[in-house]
Amino acid sequence: MSLARTLLGLLEDQPRYGYELKHLYDDRFGSSQEVKFGQIYTTLARLRRDGLVDIAAIESGGGPERKLYLVTPDGVADLERWLGEPEPAETYGRKALFSKVVLALMSGRPAHEILDTQRSAHLVRMRALTERKRTGDLADALACDFELFHLEADIKWIELAGARVERVAAELGEETP
Amino acid sequence: MIETEIGGNEERTSSSKGSLLIASDLHKRFGRSTALAGLSVEVRGGELVAVLGPSGSGKSTLLLCLAGIIPPDRGEVVYRGRTLASLSDATLTRLRRDEFGFVFQFGQLVPELTAVDNVSLPLRLAGLRRRDAATRAREWLARLDVDEVADQRAGEMSGGQAQRVAVARALVTGPRVVFADEPTGSLDSLNGDLVMNLMVGAAREQGTTVVLVTHEARVAAYADRELVVRDGMLAESSGSR
Repeated sequence: MSLARTLLGLLEDQPRYGYELKHLYDDRFGSSQEVKFGQIYTTLARLRRDGLVDIAAIESGGGPERKLYLVTPDGVADLERWLGEPEPAETYGRKALFSKVVLALMSGRPAHEILDTQRSAHLVRMRALTERKRTGDLADALACDFELFHLEADIKWIELAGARVERVAAELGEETP
Repeated sequence: MIETEIGGNEERTSSSKGSLLIASDLHKRFGRSTALAGLSVEVRGGELVAVLGPSGSGKSTLLLCLAGIIPPDRGEVVYRGRTLASLSDATLTRLRRDEFGFVFQFGQLVPELTAVDNVSLPLRLAGLRRRDAATRAREWLARLDVDEVADQRAGEMSGGQAQRVAVARALVTGPRVVFADEPTGSLDSLNGDLVMNLMVGAAREQGTTVVLVTHEARVAAYADRELVVRDGMLAESSGSR
């Protein structure tokens, strides 16, 4: 799900071709794992079917057709909704959390709000784990600590991201082609 | 509990949810730097509130203003219906001694005194006889699981032991409010957990309100809710547990 929303975010400032989206995605969100062209085109097809993106133009020079994609108003609304919701405070939600914060920074949205909402969701989960640890046995304590330390690492990153918000937003804004 | 002239003798329970401490529009500057920029907060009786925020965000200044240790430049702090700024120095001193407890990052025990003498101090200052104060101090040391160092000097204890003694000293007078500034900041994770469990357990049992400043989310998770301070203002407050 986060790939689809991230593509919507990358299309927000201007229409782009599929290969452009792939390179931008790998550059900003891919970290060690590149996204495959197939994944980009399948996701774009699904977004188009759902009315969230559309084709602005088709170029057909000598080679294969090149489609220029744009995000529709429904697509922007979907993106807004996703950015405003906290990710589940679980260890596997991390990739989406990262994408959300970077997208918010790139698009000039109030990243502090996203960070605050996420920190709040994390702390709700952490309070529940702390309570379980207090009332449970040693096995509970070990399992809860494992999750608590990982959630705390997320929050530390959230704090750091918050502290860097303005500077990073300025840098990303300048770089976006 | 030792009573001061500020208040009566009403029963405290963890379910008492009226506002105990209300800070309105607090401003505080130190030279050119702004520590608090219009911060308002309410703390209910019996609740545990964590104050989170990056270094320099104003969270420790907030704690010092709430505890009446430093006055705000503007705005006011109302404790149990009385504005702290309206109290005389003597009343404020008694209030801090009798109704407030303090825990800091580095215990701040008197190194030459034993654990018992350190914990007895606030009771002796309040006029209790030495023997009575020592008996009560030993009870609290046992409760915080540091009775084995009761007769050791503070300077001879480990960090975790010293911090538990500091918690005992903060709670021994049966304060209404404990102000804790980074109470686990100098401890490893295991000792930090131990101190938090004991402090929070004792506070909940007594219906003591706790205002806890920390930069650690795991420590904040012991509280009922968090207040996030950024640039001297409140960023967000979560719901209760």
